Amino acid sequence: MAVAFTINGKAASVDAGPNTPLLWVVREHLKLTGTKYGCGAGLCGACTVHMDGQAVASCQTMLSAVAGKKITTIEGLSEKGDHPLQKAWVAEQVPQCGYCQSGQIMRAAELLAKTKTPSREQIVTHMDGNICRCGTYPRIVRAIERAAREG
Amino acid sequence: MNKHIDKKALKVSRRGFVGGAAGVSFSFALGGSLLDAGEALAQGASGKLNAYVTIATDGGIVIMTPAPEMGQGVNTVLPLIIAEELDADWSKVKVQQAPVNAAYNHPIFRGQYQVASLTTRGYWMPLRTAGAQARRVLLDAAAQRWGVPVTELTTEPSMVVHAGSGRKMGYGEIAGFAQTPEKLPEIKPEDLKPVARFRLLGKDVQRIDIAEKSSGKMLYASDVQVPGMLYGTIARAPRRGSAPKSFNRDEIKAQPGIVEAVAFDDAVGIIGNTVEAVFAARHKLKADWSEGRGAKNNSETETQDYLAHVRDPSRKGVVVRQTGDANAAIAGAAKVVSGEYTTDYVYHAQMEPLSCTASVTPDGVEVWAGTQWPTKSVAEAAKAAGVGPEKVKFHTMQMGGGFGRRAYVEYVVDAVMLSKAVGKPVKMIQSREDDLRAGKFRPLTAQKIDVGLDANGKVVGWRHRIAAESVYPDLYGQARLDNDKGVDFIVIAGADMPFYDVPAHVADHIYEQNGARVAAWRGIAAGYTNFAIEAMIDDLARQAGKDPVEYRLALFKDPRGKKVIERAAQLADWGRKREGRALGISFAKLGIPPVGFSMIGTVAEISLDRPSGKIKVHNLWCAADVGLPLQPSNIVAQIEGSLVFSLGAALKERITTRNGQVEQSNFHDYEVLRMSEMPEIKVEVISSGPIPLPVGELAIGGPIPAVANAFLALTGKRLTAAPFTPDRVKKALA
Ligand code: FES
Ligand code: FES
Repeated sequence: MAVAFTINGKAASVDAGPNTPLLWVVREHLKLTGTKYGCGAGLCGACTVHMDGQAVASCQTMLSAVAGKKITTIEGLSEKGDHPLQKAWVAEQVPQCGYCQSGQIMRAAELLAKTKTPSREQIVTHMDGNICRCGTYPRIVRAIERAAREG
Repeated sequence: MNKHIDKKALKVSRRGFVGGAAGVSFSFALGGSLLDAGEALAQGASGKLNAYVTIATDGGIVIMTPAPEMGQGVNTVLPLIIAEELDADWSKVKVQQAPVNAAYNHPIFRGQYQVASLTTRGYWMPLRTAGAQARRVLLDAAAQRWGVPVTELTTEPSMVVHAGSGRKMGYGEIAGFAQTPEKLPEIKPEDLKPVARFRLLGKDVQRIDIAEKSSGKMLYASDVQVPGMLYGTIARAPRRGSAPKSFNRDEIKAQPGIVEAVAFDDAVGIIGNTVEAVFAARHKLKADWSEGRGAKNNSETETQDYLAHVRDPSRKGVVVRQTGDANAAIAGAAKVVSGEYTTDYVYHAQMEPLSCTASVTPDGVEVWAGTQWPTKSVAEAAKAAGVGPEKVKFHTMQMGGGFGRRAYVEYVVDAVMLSKAVGKPVKMIQSREDDLRAGKFRPLTAQKIDVGLDANGKVVGWRHRIAAESVYPDLYGQARLDNDKGVDFIVIAGADMPFYDVPAHVADHIYEQNGARVAAWRGIAAGYTNFAIEAMIDDLARQAGKDPVEYRLALFKDPRGKKVIERAAQLADWGRKREGRALGISFAKLGIPPVGFSMIGTVAEISLDRPSGKIKVHNLWCAADVGLPLQPSNIVAQIEGSLVFSLGAALKERITTRNGQVEQSNFHDYEVLRMSEMPEIKVEVISSGPIPLPVGELAIGGPIPAVANAFLALTGKRLTAAPFTPDRVKKALA
């Protein structure tokens, strides 16, 4: 059964099982591979996307739950990769291997959308579900603070 | 090193020349369009060292980067080294991933292979030479055109300048008429640019991969999309050496979307139309696995057994390091201080689970893989496909982390075998659970150190015993181990002590053979060897009634070692007492004698919640001497990353096995460090000479002993088993 929803502002309809994780719908059916698979169990945050403005683990969100929703992936966060967070990510030279970073940015974008100038503590609490095995945490914090500052 | 131009290469480049814009390519007589150089080499040109630079008539420069990128920034710094010597305008440089070709071999490993933090160090001189050689060809061509001696010419970024006449010519213009000479100019060390004149290195040029990694555009092996491709996954045998005797193939094949299910030597492969179908079928797999040699692998008993082995003087290990006669010195010592240490298996947990895409066709095989060992990947893919290596078209992809795991290439073979089974391209993705359960871990270890002291408390002999499964046979083959006289340089890495004044030293490795699946893990072996050494140094300081910093400074015979300890202590304000908290310090090093050592001093500040047994690390201060810092800010990033990685192994990371089977499965029971557990980190980079020394793993050896030593300072108790989990902490306090 095809499920219709909006992805990055465009209408999409995907024909896959209702229990297909949104992660695979996005990555393999729609070929938007910026969203990553890290654990498939809601433990790492690499697969974070927005559903109606909320950051969700796409590996834990089934296709059936997406009907009629607005999904935003890293590819749709900004037109030219120039979201304040993305600019801050470059300025602070955050990524190492980069694999976790789409998820980190999507999670951080949710925070900044709700809280214009988050405290250090709010940042850490909000970001704690996202693992970075390369250990870029100090720079992620600095980049979020910069994005909040520079808008 | 420059030498002749390969005939085949000439032919290839002429073809390129016909179709493309004219330009100079230093591997060929005349380069073709910008992107031809890699293509040409991939077709088999045996370019010598100068296979790196192509300059087009519009001034665009393509620089080949010979090494794979796993996050450490080599694909920026290696081209930067060439650009520095070429005196290129960096804004005109495009970086291209070099193909797998002997022309790009790492000079130490003699293959495209990335381990031991030696990538930049190894390519340093060859790349400088290649850049300087390309610059010289441009200078010679300009000198000829202007009819002036080449000695009167200088360069500015991408521009040859004749100061006497005020003339200037861009590299692109020169590329329009320059001919690469039959014999490329020879570059002597004194022809290279003095460090003081560097315009790019040491200046924190931005990494080339950051924008793509912040926009989701960077492509990893798991992102590859090939027309008509299927999806596959691999269920590896639960134990090393175990094979599938039978499995529910009919049931698996009957699952929706499943195309094929195959038994391999040590795995079952499942192939289907979608990832979701393949993963769902994976959950339904029921296989009867043969026992395999890994069945003896039990982490609980191993720790006890290995401890018994290092305690038993009659059990002889392979002596891997020896200076003087340490055993005699200890036997005759006035006093002997001993310590025992154990560490658990730890998992790489690279963020991208193992993945590879392969397409086997009647003509050969095409492979997309992120790997630390492209050369071996090509050889293994060829073998698996049953073709010659020249029939392998290999795409070196960005790795979603490596940390030593991707020095193994079995997942490349997996993808090829899956594609071969169905005659179609297959993207193989392992689930996190399979990646973890079939992980190859840093070996579980027991260590014992005995130190002999004379009547004045001076160290006269040091004996370090390590019991652990050997890594070499699985990674390099038994032949290489035999060839190295049984010395497994991975397992014992870091056990040498060249910088402390230890007149007699011996380290031996007791081989354990329980069939655990093992690998080098970031830091090689420093995660345990340096834990033992630096914990012992603190114990000795305590015995002597000395401050740990003072004691180390007195024991160093190396001024660089002294300096990193002094600076780390200063950064931490070592003398200041903290209420409810304590400091611990450690020294760590990384390198091998002919290459040189980088060094780091690490101070940890901790507190302890006694009822729960939880250690909190508040601060880490590091001073790192890395020789010549080429990209200082990226060096800090690598050190921060290593500290986080290592702190995970200090506090929580732990794999346990029972009858060969791994008991953990995902990030809920194999916990890595998260942001809320991060200490504040302060890193100071020290420059100490004209050569860039190893960086990527340098900081791994520091935190584990620094935390243990801080715990000793805080409680008077020695933590001897890493990770320092709450249970173990409570036991130590009891
Ligand atoms: S892949 Fe979804 S949380 Fe890890
Ligand atoms: S940058 Fe590698 S996992 Fe975060």
